[in-house]
Amino acid sequence: MLDPAGPAAETIARLWWIMLAGGGAIFVLVMALLLLAFRESGAEAGAGARRERVWILGLGLGFPLTVLAALLASALWVGERLLPRPAPEVVGVGAVARQWDWRFTYDDAPGRVTRGVLHIPAGRPVDVRITTEDVIHSFWAPRLAGKIDAIPGHVNVLRLEAWAPGDYAGASSEYNGPGYLGHGFIVRAHDPEAWRAFLADAPT
Amino acid sequence: MSAIRLHKALGRVWASEPGWRGWLTTVNHTDLGRMFLFVAALYFVIGGILAMLIRAQLASPRSAFMGPEVYAQVFTMHGTIMMFLFAIPLFEGVAVYLLPKLLGSRDLAFPRLTAYGFWCYAFGGAMLIFALLAGIAPDGGWFMYPPLTGPIYAPGINTDFWLIGITFVEISAICAAVEITVTVLRCRAPGMSLDRMPIFGWYALVTAVMILTGFPPLILGSILLELERAFGMPFFQVAEGGDSLLWQHLFWLFGHPEVYIIFLPAAGIVSTVLPVLARTTLLGYGWIVAAAVSLGVLSFGLWVHHMFTTGIPHMGLAFFSAASTLVAVPTAVQIFAWIGTLWKGRPALRLPMLWLLSFFATFVIGGLTGVMVAVVPFDWQVHDTHFIVAHLHYVLVGGFVFPMLAGLYYWLPHLTGRRRFFRIGEIAFWLVAVSFHVTFLAVHWAGLLGQRRRTFTFGPDDAWSLLNLVASIGSFVLAIGFALVILDVLVNALIAARGTRNPWGAGTLEWAMPTPPAAYNFASLPEVADRDPLWADPDLPVRIARGEGYLAGAERGRREILAVDVASGRPVQVVVLPGNTALPIAMSAATGGIFLGLLLKTYWLVPLAALVVAAMAIRWVWCLGTDADAGPQAVGHGLRLPLASDSADPPGWWGSLFLIGTSLTLFGSLLFGYAFLWTVAPNWPPPSYLHSGWASPALAGIGSLLACLGIRLAQRRLRRGRLPLVPLGAVTAGCGALVAAAVTVMAGTSHDAHAYDAVAWVLAGHAILHAGVPGLMSLVVLAAALRARLSAARSGPVHVLRLWTDHAAAVTVIGLVAIWLPGWLT
Ligand code: HEM
Ligand SMILES: [Cu+2]
Repeated sequence: MLDPAGPAAETIARLWWIMLAGGGAIFVLVMALLLLAFRESGAEAGAGARRERVWILGLGLGFPLTVLAALLASALWVGERLLPRPAPEVVGVGAVARQWDWRFTYDDAPGRVTRGVLHIPAGRPVDVRITTEDVIHSFWAPRLAGKIDAIPGHVNVLRLEAWAPGDYAGASSEYNGPGYLGHGFIVRAHDPEAWRAFLADAPT
Repeated sequence: MSAIRLHKALGRVWASEPGWRGWLTTVNHTDLGRMFLFVAALYFVIGGILAMLIRAQLASPRSAFMGPEVYAQVFTMHGTIMMFLFAIPLFEGVAVYLLPKLLGSRDLAFPRLTAYGFWCYAFGGAMLIFALLAGIAPDGGWFMYPPLTGPIYAPGINTDFWLIGITFVEISAICAAVEITVTVLRCRAPGMSLDRMPIFGWYALVTAVMILTGFPPLILGSILLELERAFGMPFFQVAEGGDSLLWQHLFWLFGHPEVYIIFLPAAGIVSTVLPVLARTTLLGYGWIVAAAVSLGVLSFGLWVHHMFTTGIPHMGLAFFSAASTLVAVPTAVQIFAWIGTLWKGRPALRLPMLWLLSFFATFVIGGLTGVMVAVVPFDWQVHDTHFIVAHLHYVLVGGFVFPMLAGLYYWLPHLTGRRRFFRIGEIAFWLVAVSFHVTFLAVHWAGLLGQRRRTFTFGPDDAWSLLNLVASIGSFVLAIGFALVILDVLVNALIAARGTRNPWGAGTLEWAMPTPPAAYNFASLPEVADRDPLWADPDLPVRIARGEGYLAGAERGRREILAVDVASGRPVQVVVLPGNTALPIAMSAATGGIFLGLLLKTYWLVPLAALVVAAMAIRWVWCLGTDADAGPQAVGHGLRLPLASDSADPPGWWGSLFLIGTSLTLFGSLLFGYAFLWTVAPNWPPPSYLHSGWASPALAGIGSLLACLGIRLAQRRLRRGRLPLVPLGAVTAGCGALVAAAVTVMAGTSHDAHAYDAVAWVLAGHAILHAGVPGLMSLVVLAAALRARLSAARSGPVHVLRLWTDHAAAVTVIGLVAIWLPGWLT
């Protein structure tokens, strides 16, 4: 996920680096305050009421509320952008998991089923409708987007997009029995010609 | 009387039996606290060995040490043991050992219940360890998601060990929670109003109430899944109207509060130990209490953050994401209050303080990564990777194990009466503190690179290959560190020199007694006028020992404590506690018979064992009554108080109140499950509804009326000094009618047809149980009335019965109506 190859993964990776920097700063601040308490100079003077204002109202309540409000706002904004919203360019595909393989179907090529390899056009948003035939699985192609579960009787939709043609590794990421480790798949992103050829059922 | 003579007299009354029998029959909280602590430590070692197996397997790529099946058992049992057999029982042990001492009491409110809970824990845990050794341990991960754990994909007995063993252990958590709640509210020193209570009392109270409301969803989920596995009732099977998401909701409704149930006691220890070692008082006592309470409340609104990837609608995600980040606020209040306390005082770098510093460094990181994973898009990436594994260990080890170690070193002189002499502990500290971060920082990074949790190996080209080697090496050093801690504790407990009383100069009452403590804690019960009584009056220990407090000695030759008014701490009753008895261990063995019968599918054993349990329970409560009004008892200082058994609200009444609260949350979870299936599960509505006709609803209506009116009439009669035989009979009859109404529901549905029918059976079974219990109780009370064990004063049993009767009427009528309603409307 630290090496994104699509917009969704990139947004999340950027979010991570920002949170890491912010979290690191907060950690350093708290540790500094903690260690300063052990200064030789002895107890810091100050009335009880003032102390409570500083430590509890200021640092305990005010500080986290401010930071969290900022974080939440940006998280909501990011989350909003990752949603599968209707758009003209969107390609629809289906993914069905079972112990332990993946089968994929294509709205633009009805009847076409591939096993273990999901074909998508590069540079276009793709909505993957995910479900399962047996236990719970999860669809995760880390370089392209986050994950979403395949749950019996439910269909979940994940929006992903690959910038460039190529093969991207994917895996189930909800424990699903002894075959879990090998329960992977490949997302193969095609340039426009190859995608047209794939839909026309030419050998790929 | 001299201190020595008081000590001798009290010792005779309070001592456990000598020799090995003493361990089996003791009901004393100091003994049982130690037993809890010891067994929990044992499970930490077992869980730790499993962790080492995991890290050994992950040290090198393509390791041939374990295959996927064995690895699944190992990680499942590691998580399960650490959460259910180590963390929660360790809290129980700390609370059982410490609470009465901190609160200035001689024991907990229900000594036999403590023992019963302990033995349920010991037996239930043994079931799981047996499964582990026999190679048939649970293997679905510690949160056991169906359908993977359902009858189709996990036909073996492995999963049953988890569902049945853990539920058995859960009984001990519920017992301890009732115990702690009533003790904190009612069994404090005279004059200890709530705002003078040691801060640990507040934390224990919040934690106990959270156990009472947090565990029922899990218990319900386990029951439903076991019913599905054993009898094909399709709660989690989508084709028959079930939904596997229901399990996730029930599990995390428990699972998230569980995290705070683990963290809050540790925070209570920090709040207790840190000010003493900083030679000052806690900054912002009121704020900290408020923070603990709001953490407890908030944590019930967060469970969905464990389900961010299950396809929850965006609005729901936003709400739970916001709520999840918000819990950081009360946590921050506590953290900064503690740091402020350090600034206020003159902190000393003793060993417990080192562990506290390590707690800060680790827990703050765990909290920060916690806020990160509360951000939904980020969670979509790291969910189910080793990033989460690292996060949860930062929280659990940093936020629980480290403060517990601080507490261990702080109270070790209390437990052993010795001073620490061998300094292995310092070396152990540095090994653990450094290697923990080496291990789990590497695990974070491996997760970010894409290593999924619960994968049993990886290839040499995987980006996380080297990081795993680093983590494994770190974890072996970590294990050596923990082993040294154990060694340190052992040598210092066994061969170090005797120490002084109150070595840290603390202000709380547990240090007002000689150490190791005598079974009775206090030779007399002190009057408390301050939050730190020992600082207010350094001579207090001597005056307690000389018998200058209340209930000095054991003049009446029985175990006595005081019950106080909840808010003010004014003494109101004398509670006579039971002495040594094998009843608790026998009853938990019989309870084990029920669970064993379910596990081995030898169903004839179940009703048989249940009958034995019921018989023992009757004997249990029978012992609490007396044959005549005792009248007011002198407790010293000219004060005379009634016996609890001469009162309308003996401890048993309070215990029933909280147990009913637990029962109601279980019932609420059941209704939630029903509504959830109805609205979310795909294959609803069911093909047909149950049509009740008019007879069964009439039966239920009459039954509930009869029972509720009967018990009120019984109370009135008794108050006027008359024996309420007929009204009690009405209660029995009313409960019988409720049971009969519930049976018609079972007769009208087929349990495995559809989730609707399965829910109908569970609601009906629930009604039968909850109406059956007061039905049986009313017979016992009737017998007590006939034997003249009731009077206007000794009316406690009738008041207790009223609680259970009203509860039965409510849950039966609501539950049955919930099943009948669709039939009435169509
Ligand atoms: C003593 C050092 C410890 C080490 C080295 C360690 C190591 C690990 C590792 C490597 C895993 C991940 C296994 C996998 O997903 O493949 C794991 C899982 C887990 N650990 Fe620990 N652990 C330690 C202590 C603890 C403690 C003290 C607790 C709780 C109080 C705990 C609770 C858990 C839980 C709940 C899981 C999840 C199990 C599951 O996925 O079902 N661990 N541990
Ligand atoms: Cu949580």
